[in-house]
Amino acid sequence: MAIYSTTEQQPPPTDTGGFITWFRENLFSSWSNSFVTLLLLYITLPWIWDLLSWTVFDANWIGTTRADCVKEGACWVFIEQRFGQLIYGFYPQHLRWRVDIVFALLALSIFFLVLPQVSSTIKKYLGIFVLVIFPCISFVLLHGGVFGVTEVETHRWGGLMLTLVLSFVGILLALPLGILLAFGRRSKLPVVSSLSIVYIEFWRAVPLITVLFMASVMLPLFVGGDINLDKLVRALLGIIMFQAAYIAEVIRGGLQAMPKGQYEAADALALTYWKSMGLIILPQALKITIPSLVNTFIALFKDTSLVLIIGLFDLLAIGQAALSDPQWLGYSSEAYVFIGFVFWAFCFAMSRYSIYLEKQLHTGR
Amino acid sequence: MKSNASVRRWWYDERIRGVIFQVIAISAVGFVIYSAVANALNNLEARGITTGFGFLGDQAGFSIIQTLIDYNETYTFGRTFVVGLLNTLLVSALGIVIATFLGFFIGIGRLSNNWLLSKFCATYIEIFRNLPLLLQIYFWYFAVLRTLPTPRESLSLGDSIFINLRGIYFPKAIPEAGSGWFIFAVFVAIFLAWCVYKWAVNRQRITGQTFPVLRVSLALLIVLPSIEILLVGVPFHFEYPVLRGFNFSGGLTVIPELAALLVALSIYTAAFIAEVVRSGILAVDSGQSEAAHALGLSQRRTLKLVVIPQAMRVIIPPLTSQYLNLTKNSSLATAIGYPDLVAVFMGTTLNQTGQAIEVITMTMAVYLVITLTTSILMNIYNRRMALVER
Repeated sequence: MAIYSTTEQQPPPTDTGGFITWFRENLFSSWSNSFVTLLLLYITLPWIWDLLSWTVFDANWIGTTRADCVKEGACWVFIEQRFGQLIYGFYPQHLRWRVDIVFALLALSIFFLVLPQVSSTIKKYLGIFVLVIFPCISFVLLHGGVFGVTEVETHRWGGLMLTLVLSFVGILLALPLGILLAFGRRSKLPVVSSLSIVYIEFWRAVPLITVLFMASVMLPLFVGGDINLDKLVRALLGIIMFQAAYIAEVIRGGLQAMPKGQYEAADALALTYWKSMGLIILPQALKITIPSLVNTFIALFKDTSLVLIIGLFDLLAIGQAALSDPQWLGYSSEAYVFIGFVFWAFCFAMSRYSIYLEKQLHTGR
Repeated sequence: MKSNASVRRWWYDERIRGVIFQVIAISAVGFVIYSAVANALNNLEARGITTGFGFLGDQAGFSIIQTLIDYNETYTFGRTFVVGLLNTLLVSALGIVIATFLGFFIGIGRLSNNWLLSKFCATYIEIFRNLPLLLQIYFWYFAVLRTLPTPRESLSLGDSIFINLRGIYFPKAIPEAGSGWFIFAVFVAIFLAWCVYKWAVNRQRITGQTFPVLRVSLALLIVLPSIEILLVGVPFHFEYPVLRGFNFSGGLTVIPELAALLVALSIYTAAFIAEVVRSGILAVDSGQSEAAHALGLSQRRTLKLVVIPQAMRVIIPPLTSQYLNLTKNSSLATAIGYPDLVAVFMGTTLNQTGQAIEVITMTMAVYLVITLTTSILMNIYNRRMALVER
């Protein structure tokens, strides 16, 4: 029988929780870690302080002209003076209430669509409203020309309004086309699948700038007769054809992720191809792919800034135009920081929502 | 009765419906293409624009600020195509290298246990992924590079590298008579390093002993050319940029357009690559790193020997798609005047000749070829690397 000798009982660790322990474990756990922490603090703290003082503490918020920017920091007076143009573009000032109504409707519907407490039947009706009724209302309000509403031509649209119109209409019309292409790619008919594959691979291979150039320069040549296509319509056509290819790939991923049992069950119920796709497969596939669709929307939202190249005045282009005003030379940083913040706020919110959706759908299944 | 039944059966036969549907599809697409082409030819004739690729032989008549090959106004439009293509390839290659290094560093830093480093990398990713690339390019070009000093007051590093409004100037290495031997020595060193690597891998497989391959290869790369220099003499001399009047002459110039485009593209793509790397490393089962720790491997060796080789399988396909995105995004050079393919060929040449269809088709064809080649190579790689499951 072995004889065991007891060792000294060690005192308990001094702390297992609390502030100091967190510091020790996460920031200073080893020599290299401590070095990295100190280096990062040395680099980032002065930089953050400079940024804050430029943006907030030393900035000029009040005034009307360039002479009011006396402090060293950012001259937000410039942005305040140009705010109307940045948001509404060249829309006539007395008619801007129409754009406000469209913005408010969009914001409210998206708010209620996103809120988790809202029941899913209400969300379904809200979805149909956003996809079908809202575009008609916003066309009447924004463009006018029908029902006795004053017409505002599209070359007066600009700024944030134009960016939202381009992205929203782009996704709205690219979605059905993308769904058709996704089905076409998976089809057993060789002609349909090859046409879909050629379309998808072509539009995914070319940069968006060449597509916009093609739409604005070549499209008038292909359309016969005296049809003069609006510049905005040309850009929208290019964007829609381009986005449809990316949406087709996203939906194809969703269709592939569906268990084969669904397809087989639909066949067992003797449903025709279109009925089984429309009633059984597509609703489930769309539900799975909504996070990826939101990511596609974020990419489109950022890419609409490229219409600057073909002469449309989206948010970034209006900012560039504002910078060439001789009264406000030299304030390029303010313009870019503001425009960047607007884009960042939209895209960050959407990406957070898509992460939230992904978590919901995972636990839900 | 009987004839009715057989007609109904013919209508509902799946194969016949399939054939009819495909015939309708082909004729619809064919009709659209035919009418588009007919309209285009009519419209072009009405505007007096000729078709055909003959314009490629005409004299260009405009200059380009950066050309990797010989070019001036008397060269042809076809030459401008090649110049633009080379500029696009240059910016894409440099951008891919920088973005990969930066992206890997930030992606791995995002997963570090140092809270500050992890949050710093997360902030970087969240900021630069959510800003449009065009905005970033404009920011770097107008808000940063335009505020650099004039050539007379340039920032200089050791009197050989100059940074100013007109660009970044480096000393250029000009090969002299004996440079052939130098290059030969470098190639011999690389070949010997590869042989050492093969031998070391084989020896490790048989005996289990490791060999410091990296250090020996570096030593070879330094020693062999040094021996060559000792024997024959330095085969290069440096041409330094010198301020003459208002500008620098001599040396290697990086124009501000290239610098701004490169910085913006690399920073933007690095944020996406960081996410790809992070998801790849997280995709490796945690049991692997736990087993490596149980065997006593340090964190660094676990990463290097166990986690990253397995993560590469998950990382490489989305990584190539990010490389393709970078190549396509380099077309934004039009916005700041960097003479890449789109700016030179689809911008200036199209304006000068008016041959929209041919020019746009050629440009799109280039991007198509690049993308499709990369996709095919990626498919081959994927098939070879696919896990063979039972």
